[in-house]
Amino acid sequence: MKISIQINEGPYQHQASDTAYQFAKAAIAKGHEIFRVFFYHDGVDNASRFTVPPQDDRNIVNNWASLDIKNADGEPELVVCVAAALRRGMLDEGEAGKNGIDGNNIHPAFRISGLGQLIEAGIQSDRLVVFGD
Amino acid sequence: MAIKKFMYLNRRAPYGTVYALESLEVVLIAAAFDQDVSLAFMDDGVYQLVEGQKTDGIGMKNFSKTFHALGDYDINQFFVSAESLEERGLSVDDLMPLVWEDEDDDWAEKPSIKVVPNAELTKIMSEQDVCLSF
Amino acid sequence: MLHTVNKSSFERNSLQSCLNTIDDSSVILLIEDGVISAAKNSKSFMLAELATQGRVYALQGDVEARGISSKLADNIKLVDYAGFVDLVIENGTAVSWV
Repeated sequence: MKISIQINEGPYQHQASDTAYQFAKAAIAKGHEIFRVFFYHDGVDNASRFTVPPQDDRNIVNNWASLDIKNADGEPELVVCVAAALRRGMLDEGEAGKNGIDGNNIHPAFRISGLGQLIEAGIQSDRLVVFGD
Repeated sequence: MAIKKFMYLNRRAPYGTVYALESLEVVLIAAAFDQDVSLAFMDDGVYQLVEGQKTDGIGMKNFSKTFHALGDYDINQFFVSAESLEERGLSVDDLMPLVWEDEDDDWAEKPSIKVVPNAELTKIMSEQDVCLSF
Repeated sequence: MLHTVNKSSFERNSLQSCLNTIDDSSVILLIEDGVISAAKNSKSFMLAELATQGRVYALQGDVEARGISSKLADNIKLVDYAGFVDLVIENGTAVSWV
């Protein structure tokens, strides 16, 4: 089956992202397709390539990246909501340029896109599961 | 592709957290997708619809006005838990008079908000294909 | 439907709200702090009837992490993450009581 995931919380503060990651990993292992993971609210912080956890802790950002969730065109399907991301200081190269900001912090395994991607995930997937606070 | 039934489940009050505002932003985008959209308001989520919100004193945008625009986008199924209202000492008269115009009925103005008991909310929820929680 | 609850009933009313709107064919999965609501002898225990019907699941990793494996109420079914996936597949629309 095609499953999509919505994550409403950032890493470390809440368990939501960890649970969603374990769920996604198990779904892939069972032969299901993760159509898209959509990061919303503080969930956008899961995409920061500057995350540096202590050595004996899990790296949640790298965990997500390791699942290598991509579409047929090779684009990442770890999708960060652009509106939620911009207001929280999460930018990719394109958004940094557009907004005149001299840096970007989105991990290459993720991509920034609009809220329509969440609706589309709901339409295209057999199931959509929300993880939050 | 068949139209799906989407429910937006709102259980949090506005302003204290960003969930209500960002949920509304999703609903505005959802309007462009021609799906069957309904909004459920339970628990403190009912406060999102309360009339007379005034945010000058907290330096935040009063986004409650945006709910009035949703009727123009055919988003007119607002289901409010009767029990949640009653527990909070509220009634439908405390909520914003949200309306939509029914083109099949000579553009008659009709209320978008329906106060329903939890038993009916249960039934509505069980008919959904996708439930987005905020 | 599958209803997931991730908060203890001592902290939030999400389990109660879920129970207020759950239909006869739905099941509940307790995850994260939600598993605290599955502890036996808890004064806030509200799942007896549904558990007897075999409709309450708890995520094993979360139960073990919180040290309540031996304190679970009767008839709570434990699942791992693969079991979580199966519940999502088998029960149609998923509702999260976040």
